Amino acid sequence: MQIDTAAAAAETKKEEKKRSFLRDVAERFVQHKLAVVSAVLLVIEVLLIIFLPMILKLDPITSDFMAFESAPGKGHILGTDDVGRDVFARLVYGGRVSLSVGFCSSIISLLIGVPLGLIAGYYRGAAEIIILRASEIFSAIPSMILILVVVSITGTSIVTLTCVMGVMGWTGFTKMIYGSVLSAREKEYVEAARAIGEKDRSILVRYILPNTVTPILISFTFHIASAILQESGLSFLGLGVQPPQASWGNILNGAQSISVLTYQPWRWIPAGILLLITVSAINFVGDGLRDALDVSYHR
Amino acid sequence: MSQETPILQLEDVHTSYVTEKSMLGKPVKKVSAVNGVSLTLEKGDMLGIVGESGCGKSTLARTVLRLVEPESGTMIYKGTDLTTLDREQMRKMRQKMQMVFQDPYASLNPRMTVREIIESPLRVFQIGTPKERQEKIDEIMELTGLKKEFQNRYPHEFSGGQRQRIVIARALILKPEFIVFDEPVSALDVSVRSQLLNLLDDLKKELQFTSMFISHDLSVVKYICNKAAVMYLGHVVELADKKELYENPRHPYTQALLSAIPLPQTGVKRTHQVLQGEIPSPLNPPAGCPFHTRCPYATVRCCQEMPKFEQIGENHWCACHHEYTKYAGQGI
Repeated sequence: MQIDTAAAAAETKKEEKKRSFLRDVAERFVQHKLAVVSAVLLVIEVLLIIFLPMILKLDPITSDFMAFESAPGKGHILGTDDVGRDVFARLVYGGRVSLSVGFCSSIISLLIGVPLGLIAGYYRGAAEIIILRASEIFSAIPSMILILVVVSITGTSIVTLTCVMGVMGWTGFTKMIYGSVLSAREKEYVEAARAIGEKDRSILVRYILPNTVTPILISFTFHIASAILQESGLSFLGLGVQPPQASWGNILNGAQSISVLTYQPWRWIPAGILLLITVSAINFVGDGLRDALDVSYHR
Repeated sequence: MSQETPILQLEDVHTSYVTEKSMLGKPVKKVSAVNGVSLTLEKGDMLGIVGESGCGKSTLARTVLRLVEPESGTMIYKGTDLTTLDREQMRKMRQKMQMVFQDPYASLNPRMTVREIIESPLRVFQIGTPKERQEKIDEIMELTGLKKEFQNRYPHEFSGGQRQRIVIARALILKPEFIVFDEPVSALDVSVRSQLLNLLDDLKKELQFTSMFISHDLSVVKYICNKAAVMYLGHVVELADKKELYENPRHPYTQALLSAIPLPQTGVKRTHQVLQGEIPSPLNPPAGCPFHTRCPYATVRCCQEMPKFEQIGENHWCACHHEYTKYAGQGI
């Protein structure tokens, strides 16, 4: 018994040093197998998309006049499309576009949505009314149609597409942060912060924001997934990324006819599968993060 | 009474909460939580404030620090009226006035380490170099019985008693002159409670602060305070030195509360004064003396006229018509 307690004490002492919030989160995340697999897949995918072109010399734009709509085989590992561009190269370069549009537009949404949500939730009053009503108006308009209109005015470069999608996507973040701020500001530690003389800004940044990081992070991952889908949807309709620039959506755009769907599966199946895997992997990672970051586990 | 100017003097302080707003956000209905409280704290006092739940004692505590804004009245802190200060001036005052909260599970930011929590008042008021701050942190942690090794841990790794020590360390690191304790031990296990009370008692002697101690537990107040005030429905009904209040309670409500304290001996006969009924809703307070609905001595006058809060003995104030009549002839 004596030895037991001594050993336990030594154990806790060792534990003490290593223990931290991030470590706890990592431990819990690892238990979510699907999320771990998804995370690994995503990392591999991103690495391939970044580094493959440097190794393999892929050309997604130039047509191979000897091979239009050719099936997978030598020279073109996944075949070519209707103007003779290499499908594999387009998948890799398209991945760069799709992932970065999804990620960057989500960042823009986050940067707009989070401060607005913080302000609405913490200061209440007129700011709350204006911000919330604005977000309701924004979310009442079908964003796809709004984006179509805006893109038809501004043009369809990747940068404008990203910005437009980013600006349109803020409402989700705002509402969610608003909700968590409302609950966080009533916590006694916020009152305690005021009692020790903290300034408003400091209360927001040090006390409220850190306690809303969890929902922000989780909805950020889900937002990336939906932004990737949105970009693909727009490109599929021909209103997003324009050829010859590749994106997963406009690769699929080429597969709008029954003959392509039936006889040239290499032109749409790989892109479709990649999109499916990526989006679901991001969602699984989001699930895993939600479980790992849940504060109620470690109180 | 000492000749020094009092640390804190409350005059007729009222605080109310809005319970209903009109469409335009104007208050329609209000609840008075603190209803004309006047109190004086001399240097070194520890004033216990007792009462049932819902009597406004926590609101009073928050009002004094302006965490809740008073509706009217004055709160003179060492010659400055706290009610006239703007937000920034009040923020600076907080350097000298701190608070210890009731629930140590809720009053610590879960995303800060113990060190960051205890250091935060120093950071807020930009006191000291990093080295001096570390010394102060070490010193206050030792004083409050926390081990130095705990500094990099998070609050959720601690028990309630230890958390409350962290809260106390945070409140004391600036060596404030005035501290409000809002039921600091009522959320804790009984076994931890006495340890913490002893700690507070030691700290009071060591640091010489003046304080208000909110509690619903008369025996805790009896143990640690030197003065006590009894609140009922937002009013202070009796205020006296501790000894006087416990030995010679004058207000019928105080008498009832004291007779309800369980005694550790068996076989002692005593007259229990059990109060009838519930505390009236503050939404709809009774006219006249707030206590008349439950008072065994209530008369017609009590139902109509609010008794004045008057001095009835040395350092003894009471708000009761019966006390007033009893002592009116004696010129006190």
